[in-house]
Amino acid sequence: MHAAVVTFPGSNCDRDLREAFRKAGFRVSAVWHKDTALPESVDVVGLPGGFSYGDYLRCGAIAAQSPVVRAVKDFAGRGGHVLGVCNGFQVLTEAGLLPGALMRNAGLRFVCRPAEPLIVENGETAFTRGWGAGAGIALPIAHHDGNYQADAPTLDRLEGEGRVALRYETEAANGSARRIAGVLSENGRVLGMMPHPERAVDAATGSDQGAALFAGLAGALAAA
Amino acid sequence: MKATVTVMLKEGVLDPQGEAVRAALGTLGFEGVESVRQGKVIELDLAATDRAAAEAEVRRMCEELLANTVIESYRVELS
Repeated sequence: MHAAVVTFPGSNCDRDLREAFRKAGFRVSAVWHKDTALPESVDVVGLPGGFSYGDYLRCGAIAAQSPVVRAVKDFAGRGGHVLGVCNGFQVLTEAGLLPGALMRNAGLRFVCRPAEPLIVENGETAFTRGWGAGAGIALPIAHHDGNYQADAPTLDRLEGEGRVALRYETEAANGSARRIAGVLSENGRVLGMMPHPERAVDAATGSDQGAALFAGLAGALAAA
Repeated sequence: MKATVTVMLKEGVLDPQGEAVRAALGTLGFEGVESVRQGKVIELDLAATDRAAAEAEVRRMCEELLANTVIESYRVELS
């Protein structure tokens, strides 16, 4: 299995994301934002957390126009798997690969919590099968712009089609509509999520509850 | 030619920053501020001389980058 992790200027979770893929058995390629193509035989692309291009204009807006994201859009268009975490989620919405937008947290404060309780809503995807539907998990969150918003018909459609992958268990610390923490594309192969699974892959650093995402993904891709 | 783009959150989209500014103005003793909406202004210096073409071009810039039309609306003024 081959994962490519993109680094934008201002990314700061790219190393952790590469390490999380590696731990699950992936061969990992580091990809630079100016690259115009992904390495050959890539099975999944990871867009990491951080502050790409200094969050100028809007979080993820400049990254969404970068050469590598054009290649990622083509890859997703061919049915490739893409995981965007935190700033990566913002990039996916700005690039039009996922619906909706991530706005400034409703309470205006940066929220940083080591283990935010979440419910896995859809356990049938390559990303979430390791947890399973209905699983209660806890992952770190750390963001200033994680307030997921879309118009009501879009939210209804996402819920109706099983495209809400993750929900905050009790309340969304960022004000997200319907407590949405993670959203899937129509084909279920693009996942954007604000919580950080890559920061929770080793009990020695607090938690390994995020490891199931990468292990489940490796299993799904190997079986495909 | 100069283009001024004003980007605002759409009507109905909650603007917590504007709300915080409104509350702060109240704290300073400014009464009667019923609501505050915060947006951004982007100024562009354009080489174009054709007004209609320039406006069409700037609107495309807004659609593709300057505004996120999921949550924001924009206004273009040329001078």
